[in-house]
Amino acid sequence: MANIISDETIEYVGILAKLELSDKEKEQAKKDMGSMLDYIDKLGELDTEGVEPMSHVFPVENVFREDVVTNGDEREAVLGNAPAKKDGMFAVPRTFEG
Amino acid sequence: MEILNYTAVELAGKIKAKEVTVREAVEAVFARIEEQEKEYHCYVTLDKENALKQAEAVQAKVDAGELTGPLAGVPVAIKDNMCTEGMLTTCSSKILGNFIPTFSAEAVRNLEKAGVVILGKTNMDEFAMGSTTETSAYGVTKNPWNTEHVPGGSSGGSAAAVAGNECFFALGSDTGGSIRQPAGFCGVVGMKPTYGTVSRYGLIAYGSSLDQIGPLCKDVTDCAAILEAISTHDTKDSTSVKRQDTDFMSALIDDVKGMRIGIPRNYLGEGLDPEVRDAVLGAAEVLKEKGAVVEEFDFSLVEYAIPAYYTIAAAEASSNLERFDGIKYGYRTEEFEGLHQMYKKTRSEGFGPEVKRRIMLGSFVLSSGYYDAYYLKALKVKALIKKAFDEAFAKYDVILGPVAPTTAPKLGESLSDPIRMYLGDIYTISVNLAGLPGICLPCGKDSKGLPIGLQLIGDCFQEKKLIQTAYTYEQARGRFGSAKQTAESGVR
Repeated sequence: MANIISDETIEYVGILAKLELSDKEKEQAKKDMGSMLDYIDKLGELDTEGVEPMSHVFPVENVFREDVVTNGDEREAVLGNAPAKKDGMFAVPRTFEG
Repeated sequence: MEILNYTAVELAGKIKAKEVTVREAVEAVFARIEEQEKEYHCYVTLDKENALKQAEAVQAKVDAGELTGPLAGVPVAIKDNMCTEGMLTTCSSKILGNFIPTFSAEAVRNLEKAGVVILGKTNMDEFAMGSTTETSAYGVTKNPWNTEHVPGGSSGGSAAAVAGNECFFALGSDTGGSIRQPAGFCGVVGMKPTYGTVSRYGLIAYGSSLDQIGPLCKDVTDCAAILEAISTHDTKDSTSVKRQDTDFMSALIDDVKGMRIGIPRNYLGEGLDPEVRDAVLGAAEVLKEKGAVVEEFDFSLVEYAIPAYYTIAAAEASSNLERFDGIKYGYRTEEFEGLHQMYKKTRSEGFGPEVKRRIMLGSFVLSSGYYDAYYLKALKVKALIKKAFDEAFAKYDVILGPVAPTTAPKLGESLSDPIRMYLGDIYTISVNLAGLPGICLPCGKDSKGLPIGLQLIGDCFQEKKLIQTAYTYEQARGRFGSAKQTAESGVR
C-alpha cells in the first residue's frame, strides 16, 4: 500500500468530519482510506496540464429570484422534528462557557 | 388479465375506461405486498390507510374528468430519500429514523398532480451510498427473481418493488448508477435523465452535482410517461434546466433506421461476464436488423471514471451530510457533555460504516494540503471525460453497452471489499460525471435466470433518442415478463 494513513491524520479527519471513532473503527478507517487513496492515485497517470477543473457540466450562472416569502408559518410543524425544543425554539447544549 | 400485470399506462387507461377503480388497484397491490413483503422487504414505510384515502380523492377527480393523464390513479412507490409531507423519510439511516418532512419533493408533487397514489417509501442503501441496498439501516431487500441475490442499489427497494409487482412504478435517484444498475439486476426499465431535468428540491442530497431523480418502471412507454410528468423547471432548484422538449411520449416510435449507435470496445473487455456480453451484443444485433448503424469504437478514460467519481461524490457527501447534527431533526445521542461531543456522538451513532467511510474520505480530499492533489485533479479528469463523450456524440446518436459487469451478486458478498463493489459501477458512473441521460432495460437472462441489463447513453438533452431506441428494441424483444410469473411457471 502506497498511502499510509497515520494516527494523526485519522484524528484530524475525525475532527473535520465530526465523527468519534472507536479504536477498532480507526484501524479500519486507516486501512480503507489508504486503499481508496491508492486507487484514486491512478488519476495521476493522466496529464491534466492546462485542463480547467469542471465543477458543473453546464455553464451555470447565479440564479436569482426576488426574496419573497411564499410559505406560511410552519414553526410548529418544523419543531415537531426537533430532538429537543423549548418555548417554540430548538433547544441546544450550552454553546459558550462562562 | 390480472390488475397487477398491467403497466402503469395500461392501468390508467383501464381506470379511465371505468374497467378498474383506483381502490381496486391499490387493494390489489397491498394484497401482493402482504403476501410477499416479509420476504422481499422492498419498503421501509407503507401507509395503506393513507393510500386508500388518496385513492378516493383521485377516483373522484378521474370521474369528474379533472384527471385525464396517462398516470391517473396509478399506485406508486417513492425511494426513501425523497421528502414526502407527513410520511416518514429515513434515507434508510438511523440518523433520520424519526424524520417526518413538512413538505414534499418537487418530483413527488409533480406525480401527485398527475394523479398517482403513493403507497410508501422504498428501501435503499443508506444515503444512497452503496450498490446492493445492503447498507440500509433497516435490513436488506431481496431480488424478486432470486431471493438469494441482491436487487442492486442504491434504489434497490424501488427496483424490487416494481419487479415484484408491489407497485406499478417507483421513483429512484441516480448518483453513480443507482437507478440503472438495480433496474438491470431486477429486469425492469430505469432511466437517469440529463442533469437538471428533474428538480432535486426535496431530494436528500448525496453528491449534488451528480444526483438526479428518475423512473423505475415496467416498460419504456411507462418510462416516457413518468419522465414527462416529473420533468419541470423549478425555481427552488438553482440547477434546474428550463426545457421545452419534455413531451417524451412523442418519442415512442418503433424505428431506428439510420440511428448511429456506438459500442465502446472498452466496455466489452476484461471483467465483463461473457453471458452479459452476449446478451448486450445480441440486443445491438436486433437494433442493427431494425436499421440502426452499429459499430464499435475506442472510448478512452473508462478506468479513470471510478476514482474521479468517488473523490467528487465523497467530497460533496462530506459537505452535504454536515447538516445531520442532532439539532433540527433526526436522531440525537442520549448522553453527552457539551455541544461538540453531542455532534460527534450523534453522527457516530447515527451513520453506518459506508457513510462514515465516504464522509471521512471526502473530508480528507477537501482538506488543506490535499485539495489540489485530489479534489481539483478529479474535477479536471471529469472535464476530460466530458470531452471524450462530446467526441463520441459527434459520431453517434446513442452509446450502447452493459449496465453492469455481472448480473446481481449474492447477498452478503459485496460489502467486505469496497473497491471491488465500486468497480461494479464502471459502466454507469461516467454518465453522471458528464451529466448525460442513460436508460437501462432488460435484454435477457443468464443461466441462473437473473436478468441482464442493456444500457443506452445519450448526449445531454437527447432523452428522446434513448426512448426511441429503447422502445424499438423493446418492441422487437417482446414483453420481458415479471419475476413472479417466471418463478411460478418455472420458466428459466
